Amino acid sequence: MSAYLDNAATTKPSAECVKAMCHALTEHYGNPSSLHSMGLQAQLDVDAARAQIAAALGVETDSILFTSGATESNNMAVLGTAARYGKRARRVVTTTVEHASVRAAFDTLEAQGFEVIRVAPCESMDEFAEKFAAAVDENTCLASMMLVNNETGHILPVKAAFTAAKKKNPKLITHCDAVQGFMKVPFRAADLQADLITVSGHKVHAAKGVGALWHKKGVKLGALLHGGEQEGGIRPGTESVPLIVGFGAAVKKMRETLDDRRTYCSALRNTCIEKLSAIDGIRIQSPANGSPFILSFSAKGLRSETLLHFLAERDVFVSSGSACSKGKQSGVLQQFGIPDNLADSTIRVSFCAENTAEDIDTLVSLVTLAQQTLIHKR
Amino acid sequence: MREIILVKYGELALKGLNRNTFEDVLLRNIRRRLKYVGNFSYSKAQSTIHITPEAETDAECAELLDNAMPRLKKIFGIAAMSRALACEKDFADIAERAIPHLQDVLSNAKTFKVEAKRADKAFPMKSPQICAELGGVLLSRFHHLKVNVTEPEVTVTVEIRDTNAYIHAAKERGAGGLPVGTGGNAMLLLSGGIDSPVAGWMMAKRGLRISAVHFAAPPYTSERARLKVESLCEKLTPWCGSMAFYCVPFTEIQEVLRRECPEEYFTILMRRLMMEIAQRIAEMDDCGALITGESLGQVASQTLQAIACTDAAAKIPVLRPLIGMDKTEIMDISRRIDTYETSILPYEDCCTVFTPRHPKLRPKLEEIEEVQASVSWEDMIAQAVAGTTKKVFALHVAENNGVL
Repeated sequence: MSAYLDNAATTKPSAECVKAMCHALTEHYGNPSSLHSMGLQAQLDVDAARAQIAAALGVETDSILFTSGATESNNMAVLGTAARYGKRARRVVTTTVEHASVRAAFDTLEAQGFEVIRVAPCESMDEFAEKFAAAVDENTCLASMMLVNNETGHILPVKAAFTAAKKKNPKLITHCDAVQGFMKVPFRAADLQADLITVSGHKVHAAKGVGALWHKKGVKLGALLHGGEQEGGIRPGTESVPLIVGFGAAVKKMRETLDDRRTYCSALRNTCIEKLSAIDGIRIQSPANGSPFILSFSAKGLRSETLLHFLAERDVFVSSGSACSKGKQSGVLQQFGIPDNLADSTIRVSFCAENTAEDIDTLVSLVTLAQQTLIHKR
Repeated sequence: MREIILVKYGELALKGLNRNTFEDVLLRNIRRRLKYVGNFSYSKAQSTIHITPEAETDAECAELLDNAMPRLKKIFGIAAMSRALACEKDFADIAERAIPHLQDVLSNAKTFKVEAKRADKAFPMKSPQICAELGGVLLSRFHHLKVNVTEPEVTVTVEIRDTNAYIHAAKERGAGGLPVGTGGNAMLLLSGGIDSPVAGWMMAKRGLRISAVHFAAPPYTSERARLKVESLCEKLTPWCGSMAFYCVPFTEIQEVLRRECPEEYFTILMRRLMMEIAQRIAEMDDCGALITGESLGQVASQTLQAIACTDAAAKIPVLRPLIGMDKTEIMDISRRIDTYETSILPYEDCCTVFTPRHPKLRPKLEEIEEVQASVSWEDMIAQAVAGTTKKVFALHVAENNGVL
């Protein structure tokens, strides 16, 4: 039986999303910038999708920008803010466990001469928030912290860190990469004390190629692209109407089911933790209070790639570390205190509401089989 | 008359009675390669192959030549090539048409000289006279030029041949070596790393037709690792021609090796078994030798003693063209033949889970043979050979995929 347990890498587009996209591709295919009624119809569809995303974040509609995905949103947030607010304030603060698209954007700032402070996580999240805020000074223009770590499911203390940081420097712009938290961990933009929030479509049952960046009123963004007046001129280029309306439709459906899905996936995850822990050599790496949708574990002596291929041959699909890196290690697991030899043996399973108890049983029995039959490192 | 390509062969010209065979193979390889570019006619004379584009207009001919040149640069056996203008065997025609043909190259040069090769001794002017007169014509048209006979930036060559005269200025280096197919067939052990594709390329350069064998051990190695090796095969086809690729299921043998044999001998025993299997596939594929990417001392299994142990498992010659090369030298070639970026993709080839912590650096053959004899491998080897899949990487498919 096949089990797709890689929902943090990407999700299956929902029926609602596919239906909305088909409609946009076959019926409402106008260009939102066109002055005629076909154009207007497309524009209204895009606006309706924008309203869905805004409602899901608890923000005003006109502060949502559609992008090509989280990588673009993160780049725009980090590079755009630094370009706009970093003329004098040359210090920026982030963590050591961010997604590659945030990490690389900060590397770029460093090459431009910014002082980049990368704060490592601590055992206690309160301590982590304090340490993060302590790194912010009055010369800091931007601070960025992800909401949920994509490799381990750790929930980061964004609210506490940003609140304390802003107390130290009220002019500070804060950015949160909320890709793995959006529609999974309940939050509202205002609660996080974030000025910029990144979300992605394909992690919430929409199609690949669309994301959004929310920015607080008054925060000015620098454009990465130059062209027409779309998206307030900050993100020019004809809107990808089918992707955007699909995103809107997917989020609308997800909002209705947020609490149920959380409860359901929490239970799946707990069962999974319980059963995997009973297998010899398996160690759970995710924290008990992490995201209900992500579970990371290591199989001592097995390379994660080997276990991954063993499972895939039997139609069970998981990730080794972060799927974006195709076998390359990001070093994030080590930052959370997982030693090198176990990091190399770490598998991430990630859930959605379509997963079943049978999926978990299949996974558990195959991991047991792998531990018994595959050759282990000495 | 229009432009043609003159192809000069290098070492080929040195071959004695075999020369015709070598020339024929080279011509066949050129035809095969250019078949996908368009129509050309071919003739050979005086250690030169003339490639004439067949098209209606000058522009179409020029386009055919533009497309042919980069492909010819990857054909072994060609020492040099140039785009030449064919003229009547008449000095007035040569002088008149030389100017527009050489316009670009001479406008950008400061110094030049003219060289004449008068193969047709019936031509009324002698070589020094052709040089002097054509030099004069060019100097009167390109005022900025100076003559430098010792180190000119551009050498304009005029060749007076049996049927036509040819003028050319920019000679480009070919791939050198001998035409693929003149040296027989060999089986390359292709892992997916940096070295083995380079080894295959080097032996193809010496005229061997290459097939490749790869050992896959799923789930310890992945589907992507196999696809990576296949893409390396495809990248080699412009140089080596169409290529057969054999993929051997190797999981069982590796697992048994790991369970039954002392850890320190793992890699050498594995390589010996690979040799054994590769040899059997080589026999089926009519190959007279194996090729590996080993380089002396690069890793524990490539010490002299380790190589001796591996070598003893092979009954046919094992060619190791990289044996005396440094890693950086190998990497340079790998970049040049465009396999480097593929080779460094991070998928595991020979599963590091099996790599011994302390491999035996100076193994003794008797010990190795004794350990190997403690397990009965024959059935497993036969099964691996029987389960081997074959895929042919054809040149025309590579062409369609944009591999030049």
